[in-house]
Amino acid sequence: MADRTKRSFLGNRAALTRARFIAGFLAAPVLLYLVYVISPYAQAFSIAMTDWRGVSAHPGFVGLANFERLLGDGVFWTAVRHNGLLLVLMPIGTLVIALFFAFLLNAGGATAASGVFGARFYRVVFFFPQGLAVAIVAVLFQQVFRPDGSGMLNAPLIALGLEPVGFLSDPGVALWSILGVLVWQAVGFYVVLFSAGMASIPRELYEAAEIDGAGRGRLFFRVTLPLLWDTVQVGWIYLGIAALDVFAIVWVMTAEHGGPDHATTVMAAEIYRNAFQYFKFGYASAMGVVLFFFTVAFAAVALRLSRRERVEF
Amino acid sequence: MADNSFTRRELLRAAALAGVLLPGGALAACASPGGGSGGPAPAATGATSAANPLGIAETSPFEVVIFDGGFGDAYAREVHEPLFAAEHPKATIKHTATKEIAKTLQPRFAGGNPPEFVNNSGDNAMDFGALAQDGQLQDLGALLDAPSWDDPAVKVRDTILPSAVELGTYDGTYCVLNYASTVWGIWYSTKLFGDNGWEPPETWDEFTALCEKIKKSGTCAPFTYAGKHPFYIYETILTLAAKIGGVAVLKNIDNLAEGAWKAEPVATAATAFADVGAKYLLRGTEGLDHIQTQTAHDKYQVAMLPCGSWLENEQKDTTPPGFGYAMFPLPSFSSADALPYGTLHSRPGEEFFVSARSANPRAGMEYMRAMLSKEGAGRFSEMVSTLTVVKGAAEGRTLKPGLRSAAARLKQAGENTTYFRFRQWYKELHDEAAAATGQLMAGRLPVAAWADRIQRKSDEIRNDSSVKKYTRS
Repeated sequence: MADRTKRSFLGNRAALTRARFIAGFLAAPVLLYLVYVISPYAQAFSIAMTDWRGVSAHPGFVGLANFERLLGDGVFWTAVRHNGLLLVLMPIGTLVIALFFAFLLNAGGATAASGVFGARFYRVVFFFPQGLAVAIVAVLFQQVFRPDGSGMLNAPLIALGLEPVGFLSDPGVALWSILGVLVWQAVGFYVVLFSAGMASIPRELYEAAEIDGAGRGRLFFRVTLPLLWDTVQVGWIYLGIAALDVFAIVWVMTAEHGGPDHATTVMAAEIYRNAFQYFKFGYASAMGVVLFFFTVAFAAVALRLSRRERVEF
Repeated sequence: MADNSFTRRELLRAAALAGVLLPGGALAACASPGGGSGGPAPAATGATSAANPLGIAETSPFEVVIFDGGFGDAYAREVHEPLFAAEHPKATIKHTATKEIAKTLQPRFAGGNPPEFVNNSGDNAMDFGALAQDGQLQDLGALLDAPSWDDPAVKVRDTILPSAVELGTYDGTYCVLNYASTVWGIWYSTKLFGDNGWEPPETWDEFTALCEKIKKSGTCAPFTYAGKHPFYIYETILTLAAKIGGVAVLKNIDNLAEGAWKAEPVATAATAFADVGAKYLLRGTEGLDHIQTQTAHDKYQVAMLPCGSWLENEQKDTTPPGFGYAMFPLPSFSSADALPYGTLHSRPGEEFFVSARSANPRAGMEYMRAMLSKEGAGRFSEMVSTLTVVKGAAEGRTLKPGLRSAAARLKQAGENTTYFRFRQWYKELHDEAAAATGQLMAGRLPVAAWADRIQRKSDEIRNDSSVKKYTRS
């Protein structure tokens, strides 16, 4: 009896110590999170309702006027449309290409359980773009897309006597060029991610399927993809959010930061332009609030749609 | 929140709500406006004297912030600051150079702790409209009426171009010093022109004939402009429009007048340049930036390009020896032009201001007085190959050929200079004009639609009560 009291008392004390220990560790991150994540978000909401131009200590309160103006802002809706297009095409493009490459690296060899020759080397090469800063990628591709004889893509066209393509200067082509760069930059990471996922799929499943007469295509759709679904889902959400957040590539690469003639502009670029070029911080914050809701809505929808039963193995 | 029975969850929720609901609340205090502490500290002053006409406090420190861009910051460190220090040895100057003016300074303005003297320039400059609206710009009237650095009998006002005063005036108050005097024109290489026997054209017909001749000769492309920055070409279109229709054309545009962009002279000028765009451009022009086109020019791949007088300094590392930069003014369109041959787009640029709410604004004004001395301005011109608004300061200095040519053309132009101001007043209108003009030059937008688009933006800004309006007369 006495023994039990003592034990429970000790247990309580241990629990208390543990709680203090955990709380001590949690306090710092929670505080940092509050100051650097939650409070800027909260501030964006309050600044969105002012006419702050960035230098005044006492901005005027304008209510929802900024949001009202946003409804009639053609350029912003063009940006939203571009983000929407990227939201659909960038994840699809990246995932399809990355899955294809990862499959080749892991099951494209002589037998279904082996990769193509030199798979390890390719894995490093594919990952390479990931190691470059986004700004460097943008500057690099500016040169690749140059419209004259110094452009990597246009030089052969010109040498053949063909008209060079205005990769970044033709409004009908520019967004596709941007999409290409975004996919190029993202693919490597997902090849490595999917490779890791595929490597954990038991070889015997492939061998068994192969013995049963499954071709490579069937192997991919019946074995690899279902077993990789969780990873693909994570990748899709990541890429979706990245597509909503596209900024640096557009800002650095394109004429007039989102041009020509707003042909490549995205929400983040319009936020930056209104804040740091037009000094309409209130209006830009309103755009930021809209972007915030788009991102949250996307994440919610994505998680809902991609929910499906887990395959156990 | 005296109740201690708050659970953690409630506390978090309350904290988050406080940030959302109370603008300028406790959480919002770190990056938002509202961080300033009451009014500014009383500004330091001293007794006025012949040696100290603005009455600065001789021992008070002040800070000079220079935009480290095309002009670098050496002119401040090596010319203006020593000049100031020689006259006021007890004052200490803190020198700051930055490539990102707004990012560096904006928090300090919002926090009530701005530096005294600012070179507000570059892509990341702070908006003058916003600064003026918020009373951050020091009234420089006292500077204009102070005796000039070189001659106590002459006021500073009389040593600088009148347009510098006009352009630095916001809401009737002179508060921005436009220091460099930019001259625009069509630039060429005297070597290339000399070798081929080409002459700078004086009329539009001569200009297109020259373009045709250059195109046929196969030596190089006739014309280019910084395609990625269509400002460079709308600048020429507007200058030509002013030549055809007179200065009122640009005033109407600046004043957001109804139909200003649809005026006949504007349409004529736009048509003329759209034609050049269709026939005579260097291949790929629309996708090249200013450095790329200017480098093509230096490599003799193209004969002519429109630019401002900073060109020579900007290209100094790639210009081949003997290139011989020179410029000619826009050719006259017809004999019915409102402004004569030689008319130039020239305007004071490169802006400096003194912060009204800084600790020592008088020292900032005195620093400007030093900049506006013959020596301060003359050595600036030599160092960065750019004229200043100080009359005659470049005379007797060793100038590079391009600057010499620009200075001569400016002298020829005399009173016949034009400029437009909407680019500084309404950046959104500038962006729309640039975007539309890029499409015009690429042949994707007809002249009428081009004018419609920019006019629509102009109307939109005119009818937007949240945008501060400016007028010029």
